[in-house]
Amino acid sequence: MSTARLLLAYLHARPLAALLTVLLVALGVGTLVAVTLVTGQAQQRMSRDAAGIDLVVGAKGSPLQLVLAGVFHLDVPPGNVPAGALGELRANRMVAQAMPLALGDSLRGFRIVGTEPALLDWYGARLARGATFQAPMQAVLGARVARDTGLEPGGRFVGTHGLAPGGPVHEDHVYTVTGVLAPTGGVIDRLVLTPVESVWQVHEGEPADETERRILEAEREITLVLVRYASPLAAATLPRAVNASDRLQAASPAVESARLFNLVGLGVDGIRAFGAVLMAAAALSVFVALFQALSDRRRELALMRLLGASPARLFTLLLLEGLVLTAIGAVVGTVLGHAAVELAGRWLSPTGEWTLTGFDFDTMQGWYLAGALALGALAALPPAIRAARTPLAGVLSEN
Amino acid sequence: MSPEPASPGSAAPEGVAKVEGLCVARTGRPVLRAVSFSLSAGARAVVTGPSGSGKTTLLSVLAGLVSFDAGRVEVAGEDLGRLAHRGQRALDRFRAARIGLVPQQPMLFGVLGVLDNLLAAQHFAGRQPDRAGALAMLQRLGIEELRDRLPGRLSRGQQQRVAIARALLNRPALILADEPTANLDDAATERVLTLLQAQADAEGAALLVATHDARVRERFAQSLALPAP
Repeated sequence: MSTARLLLAYLHARPLAALLTVLLVALGVGTLVAVTLVTGQAQQRMSRDAAGIDLVVGAKGSPLQLVLAGVFHLDVPPGNVPAGALGELRANRMVAQAMPLALGDSLRGFRIVGTEPALLDWYGARLARGATFQAPMQAVLGARVARDTGLEPGGRFVGTHGLAPGGPVHEDHVYTVTGVLAPTGGVIDRLVLTPVESVWQVHEGEPADETERRILEAEREITLVLVRYASPLAAATLPRAVNASDRLQAASPAVESARLFNLVGLGVDGIRAFGAVLMAAAALSVFVALFQALSDRRRELALMRLLGASPARLFTLLLLEGLVLTAIGAVVGTVLGHAAVELAGRWLSPTGEWTLTGFDFDTMQGWYLAGALALGALAALPPAIRAARTPLAGVLSEN
Repeated sequence: MSPEPASPGSAAPEGVAKVEGLCVARTGRPVLRAVSFSLSAGARAVVTGPSGSGKTTLLSVLAGLVSFDAGRVEVAGEDLGRLAHRGQRALDRFRAARIGLVPQQPMLFGVLGVLDNLLAAQHFAGRQPDRAGALAMLQRLGIEELRDRLPGRLSRGQQQRVAIARALLNRPALILADEPTANLDDAATERVLTLLQAQADAEGAALLVATHDARVRERFAQSLALPAP
């Protein structure tokens, strides 16, 4: 016989009340854990995908849209820019590196990106199999693309017009897979990389004569350019210079990501507030359950005193009961939060635009556990103090 | 108040309980006035009196549950007045170690089985739970087969036996029973009293029973009658 055994016996004697309290704590902690996991992973993912990209230069429009399209490959781009913009940027002494991206087609929902082989270095990607692309209509597949399509080096495919599945197929232009990238956990896993010339070739068709060929070449466009600054000073001058142009706009991934999170943050804060309300309800439930227990066990608490238990022991007993309820709820809630995120990651994002995992732990979750326990202790405190004051005088005469 | 004189043996120096000039008042009203008596080791005595005469208060004083206003109370060699100066905790420890209490209502932990009720008593008394000893006690009282049963599924007589087993488990020097036969029929009363006396004999403990039940009074040679309030 121990205090723990007695505690369990009390909890077992009132299973519904205990279950309700545990459920409320679990829902509160679970909500907070899930929100933290989702926002944390989204921020990490965006930071990783945007690492090393100082500026995105593209068509005039929404800068957020430009960054979402060019860095995170989540939105459609605001438009195209003349291919000559790449040369102009490369000639600018404020620019250390500039990388063209030409978007427009996709393979089973995965974007085909016309670019240069050096883009692999920007994302720290390395080839798992095969070689990089060298000529038009050659392609390197991201790890996720290769996994989902089953394509391997030597394999062939055709692109679908547009960035979503279901568009017209460019049947006359067949790509050949030259290599497959090792998984990086970043956005490049979901891309099909090919020379910019492939994108032009697919969309231009065969010129009738040399004049038409020259006209087509002069009108060639790319979607956007990723830029690395040559010096910190460029951050102050280059965007302004680009935006002064009537054709181009510059968008900073860092600034736009922060703006996006400010916008999303309102919703996230709302969900967090909901979690906090659930936690407050859980604390109230602990408080009510223990006060009810005090009333139900008035004679048994007196019996404990009669048998020699000190007021401190009665205090501890009630406090422990509150802590045990909240601890079970907090642990269940943490598991639920992780499971919900894992399931959401598997079911809600089959193409992996937002790769969510429940197998992610950080110190914030420890704080939620500690916070739940502190709240449970706080709620249990008044009943515990009252239990400690169980009077001895009159115990026998109450019989 | 003029209690009946104690039996000749009660004045023995090795007395388990010695009460001299005990006075207790509650909300300005005297409950016990100048009560004196003594109980020797192994003594059997009954405290009688009408309702409100202070029987339960006397037992509560002896158990260190309530304080007293005047007089001297010594139980198992401990001066309770002096003990009280060291704080309630000292009285709690003393009670847990030296006193066995059998309340009018059995007062059992409803969520624990019979055996666990006994072990809980040892736990709260600060002793190492002795499962074998508790089982032996249940066997002595003929309720071993009930060891896993919850109190709510026991008869009143069975509950009273569990309470007696609990009171005896820590080998007390003094057993205090407060109306242990209230609401019991003749047969059950006979069984409870026989059991109490036999177990007190077996443990060598003094037994003091508070009652207004004539059936109980007749069985005890030594008695202390408290006057009506």
